[in-house]
Amino acid sequence: MAQLECKDLSFAYDGETVLSGINFSIDAGSYLCIVGENGSGKSTLMRGILGLKQPQKGEIIFNDLAPTEIGYLPQQTQIQRDFPASVREVVLSGRLNSMKGRLFYNAADKAAAAENMERLGIDDIAGRCYLELSGGQQQRVLLARAMCATKKLLLLDEPVTGLDPVAANEMYNLIKLVNLCDNTSVIMISHDIHAAVRYATHILHLGRSQLFFGTTAQYRESDLARRFVGGSRA
Amino acid sequence: MMELIKEMFSYHFMIRAVVVGVLVSLCAALLGVSLVLKRYSMIGDGLSHVGFGALAIAAAANIAPLYLAVPTVVAAAFLLLRINQNSKIKGDAAIALISSSALAIGVVTVSLTSGMNTDVSNYMFGSILSLSHTDAVLSIILSAAVLLMFVLLYPRIFAVTFDETFARATGTRAQLINSVVAVLTAVTVVIGMRMMGALLISSLIIFPALTSMRVCRSFKSVVICSAAVSVVCFVIGMGASYAFELPSGAAIVIVNIIAFALFSFAALLKRRL
Repeated sequence: MAQLECKDLSFAYDGETVLSGINFSIDAGSYLCIVGENGSGKSTLMRGILGLKQPQKGEIIFNDLAPTEIGYLPQQTQIQRDFPASVREVVLSGRLNSMKGRLFYNAADKAAAAENMERLGIDDIAGRCYLELSGGQQQRVLLARAMCATKKLLLLDEPVTGLDPVAANEMYNLIKLVNLCDNTSVIMISHDIHAAVRYATHILHLGRSQLFFGTTAQYRESDLARRFVGGSRA
Repeated sequence: MMELIKEMFSYHFMIRAVVVGVLVSLCAALLGVSLVLKRYSMIGDGLSHVGFGALAIAAAANIAPLYLAVPTVVAAAFLLLRINQNSKIKGDAAIALISSSALAIGVVTVSLTSGMNTDVSNYMFGSILSLSHTDAVLSIILSAAVLLMFVLLYPRIFAVTFDETFARATGTRAQLINSVVAVLTAVTVVIGMRMMGALLISSLIIFPALTSMRVCRSFKSVVICSAAVSVVCFVIGMGASYAFELPSGAAIVIVNIIAFALFSFAALLKRRL
């Protein structure tokens, strides 16, 4: 059974449809990259899956997955520049959705945060201020927070934007590792089409509607990919 | 020095003012961290002017001031929050609009009834004599409730302040938390403005947070440091106000300015070393 299923989904802002005809589903453990040009509706779809934006029509069906059991890594620009917070505080805040009625973090929450920090190699900077870290370290902190929020599905919005090539590669490898080791599904918005076809199992290509959905192998064969990737590697 | 302190606390109204003041300082400092970081600093200012209008009307209608002011300011807090979320109206303009309207209504009410007198001056700049016994009891209960709510909601307030989108996506009811913070702020502003004055209460919210953000690098340390700075500045300011016969609100703000300067200097030194 599909973990996440989108049926004839469309979204509108102020009555104007910006994205329509979205039909796709992913199984647990998939790695889906959403590609497309600016304004193609990638972020809108992600907001829809996160429950931040109501669809105009159609439905999103979760199987064996609560809508709040999703780990989310927002675009870097959404985080404030002058916020005093330690790495540990940020990562721990990912555990809020497992607290239900509880008011404070318990030992299990702290252990989960510590484990995820260790896995991403940021346990040695747990006490440091989030703002004073490099771009690559900041993204790892946000990934650790997202991992605290879920074991099932990670939604990543351009996770490597602004990173240098080395840090970007490390980030991609960490994401793939989590995807493979934990069987955590990944849905990622990406501008980096080459990385998308290298790491993802499935590709969703948007252009205000669904232009392509299928496996990466099928995508490489498509005309769309040839045009979009520029023919060099597809 | 000891003589002065002894003398100061021999008055009932001083003890009352110090107890309420310390509690209000704590509340304002804690909420201030979240408000400053969410770019809501001006809400405190807007609410205090609404509070002024409500107090003036309460005095004219002969109602116990807090009974009218608390609900009015809470309603205004909801309104301001709403406007802030609506991108079509600019939040800062709306705050300026509401606060000057409330101020004007308050001033007109006062001059129509009792005429511009010491009451107005007290509302504007604060007076430690304005707290009656019932006011003090109500203030203590309300500020204790504010402190309790803040502590209980601390992890959620952090999450919503740091990254509201993530908090909402993972199922935290961010709207609710925002509303609670707005209500707590409204209550704090109303209690505090009797002593600090409508013009100066917002400094109690903003200064301690900004001061501790000079040197502290984690949210928890900023919160704890703000609380400490706020209470210390209040006590020193209150002492100075008594010793030199200064208006209490202004004296407390001056002490806060000095604390801010000291912390900024410390941050500069830390970076140099």
